[in-house]
Amino acid sequence: MRRALYLAHAELLHVVRDRATLMQVLLVPLIQILILANAATFEIRETSLWIVDLDRTSASRALVNRFAASGHFDIVGTTPSLEAANDSLLRGDTTLALVIPDNFEAQLVRTRRSEVELVVNAEKGAAAGIVQSYAATILGTYAAELAGPAPPAPRIDIRHRNRYNATLNYRHYMVPGILVALVTIIGTLLTAQNIAREKEFGTLEQLNVTPITRGQFIAGKLVPFWGLGLVELALGLTLGVLVFGIPVRGSVPLLFGVAALYLLVALGIGLWISTIVDTQQQAMFVVFFIVNIYLLMSGLFTPIDSMEPWAQVLTQLNPVRHFVAISRAILVKGAGLADILQPLSILALFAVVVLTSAVLQYRKRAA
Amino acid sequence: MTPLLALLRKEAYHIRRDRRTLAVVLALPVVQVLLFGSAIRTDVKQARLAIVDQAPDEATLVLRNRFAASDAFRIVEVTPRTSDLDRLFRMGKAQAGVVLPVGFAGDLDDGAGASVLIVVDATDPNIGSVLHAYAEAVIRGFERERPTGRRPVQIAATTRMRFNPTRESSNLFVPGLMAFVLTILATLMTAISLTREKESGTIEALLVSPLRPWSIIVGKVFPYLVIGAVAALLIIVEARLVFHVPLRGSVVLLAAEAVLFILASLALGILVSTRTSSQRVAMMMAMAGTMLPNVLLSGFIFPIESMPLPLQVLAKAVPGQWFVTLARGIMLKGIGLEYLWKETLILGAMAAVLLAASAAAFRPRLE
Repeated sequence: MRRALYLAHAELLHVVRDRATLMQVLLVPLIQILILANAATFEIRETSLWIVDLDRTSASRALVNRFAASGHFDIVGTTPSLEAANDSLLRGDTTLALVIPDNFEAQLVRTRRSEVELVVNAEKGAAAGIVQSYAATILGTYAAELAGPAPPAPRIDIRHRNRYNATLNYRHYMVPGILVALVTIIGTLLTAQNIAREKEFGTLEQLNVTPITRGQFIAGKLVPFWGLGLVELALGLTLGVLVFGIPVRGSVPLLFGVAALYLLVALGIGLWISTIVDTQQQAMFVVFFIVNIYLLMSGLFTPIDSMEPWAQVLTQLNPVRHFVAISRAILVKGAGLADILQPLSILALFAVVVLTSAVLQYRKRAA
Repeated sequence: MTPLLALLRKEAYHIRRDRRTLAVVLALPVVQVLLFGSAIRTDVKQARLAIVDQAPDEATLVLRNRFAASDAFRIVEVTPRTSDLDRLFRMGKAQAGVVLPVGFAGDLDDGAGASVLIVVDATDPNIGSVLHAYAEAVIRGFERERPTGRRPVQIAATTRMRFNPTRESSNLFVPGLMAFVLTILATLMTAISLTREKESGTIEALLVSPLRPWSIIVGKVFPYLVIGAVAALLIIVEARLVFHVPLRGSVVLLAAEAVLFILASLALGILVSTRTSSQRVAMMMAMAGTMLPNVLLSGFIFPIESMPLPLQVLAKAVPGQWFVTLARGIMLKGIGLEYLWKETLILGAMAAVLLAASAAAFRPRLE
């Protein structure tokens, strides 16, 4: 055990002394949280709207005013013809074109029903659906107002409640997930890189001829990174609370307990990667490959529920997915141990399997 | 010219001999497109719904059936207690809950009006809002089935999703994935390959050789340009065959834009390598400086309109954003240079400036 501790101490000195590693550990997470939390959002503030008003009556102008006053739209052009709108859509300057037909007001007066056309630039992906729902809301409100001063009371009064995130702040959702990404990248990358480096420089062979056993070697290598991962989480969490005001509704010790377990998986994967590569370059590519797939398929950026059924099953094999779910449940929803038992036991299983197979693989390779 | 050819041959040997890296590099785009084409989606369907039916009667049963029959929801639990909702949310079993009051049928029939509560797990605010709208639509549909006294005013909107009528996610993500994968290949591999020569000291051997600095760069970069082009081609073919992503515009133009983008990415890789002498730092810089921005700031997943202004400005400086716009324009809209000349010029200018800067920064100097 003493020997493993010596090695751990040496490793820690390396980390603290080496500017590059320190930057990697301290600066990159900071930038990641700041950029990610701001960039990863689906809220639409102002989107470009092109008006094609073929009617030009008081009713159509009132409708246009509703769009202008909603705060969601920025009217970039108003033309009485479709060609210019089409051109603007093709150029990509317009996200939504509202086409009001020339019988808009007449139809409203005669039949109390009129039609407009919304042309959405669906190239804009997620924004397209959101913009469409904004437009539908404006149309609905306007129609209700036209119905007269005393609209018939709806027979069903629908009330809404947003649990856990009443202000619909996207950052409260993203930051707990980003913390997991940080811990994963640091844990896996540092481990894989570090051992691959010893291989590349030939210092691994030197260590092999010392009396240190393989078990001690692995423990000595992993313990410092395990600690670093937890420090990383503490840093990220502090930043998230102070800068973005994310909620901490559940137990912080529970979160760190889960992280301690999860890091075993992340480090185990790093160790396993280091056994199959010879150089740092290879290590980085393999880590990238795996971590990319893990992160993009973890539900961090896009919801798991929207994935194809087979992809959803596949995500069960993704440890990141489980920790992202747990982190969000603990921080945002205030979940306790009983609520996260299922993903937690899957993580525990992963920890055992990954770590054992990595250690076995390491012995076989090195022997 | 002969020394350059010799260097090119040496690089080609390096790449060919390092089978593992080559395999990862070529498998990366294919696997990523396959996985993410099916996994990265943002549409919501079959959301998990819990219904709190405090006193089942004829009307609640009809409404429950409407929810069960809608494509948007699947009912995971029917319970008589509102307090169950929190537990279901915390465990992630339900995403939304509908609370039906006692005496629902009676309230509806005697004209007093009934009150329904929709509770959503707004941890993910985007999904939360969408589920609100879906649930409300189902309830309003139920309400409409019973005749009302007065005809409401209606403004019906026909919505056309231009360029991607089915709002197929893969149509949007494939162009983004191209940018993502090409960046990893071009920037990362160049940066690492150059710093490796520095780290192992072999760059000195190159410097004392009759090679001019520019031919060292060309020799180092050209093989990766070829690999990048092959990867881009693989992605396009796969997108066509597996996901039936349309390619409405000119293939030649798309290929030319891809080359411009790869050149810009390669130049970034060279720039990174001039600032550092260790592979680890090079990799962290390449990742923080190119990969993250290309995922987050290219409009690939998250709409750029949603971001705070400083990030929107920053996004304009990311080559990935321009390439994604170009690729989507060519593939989905089928437009050519008459619409895309501005973006092409900007991307070309970026490539030129970055190449010039990297050539200037690559001062062969011994320290």
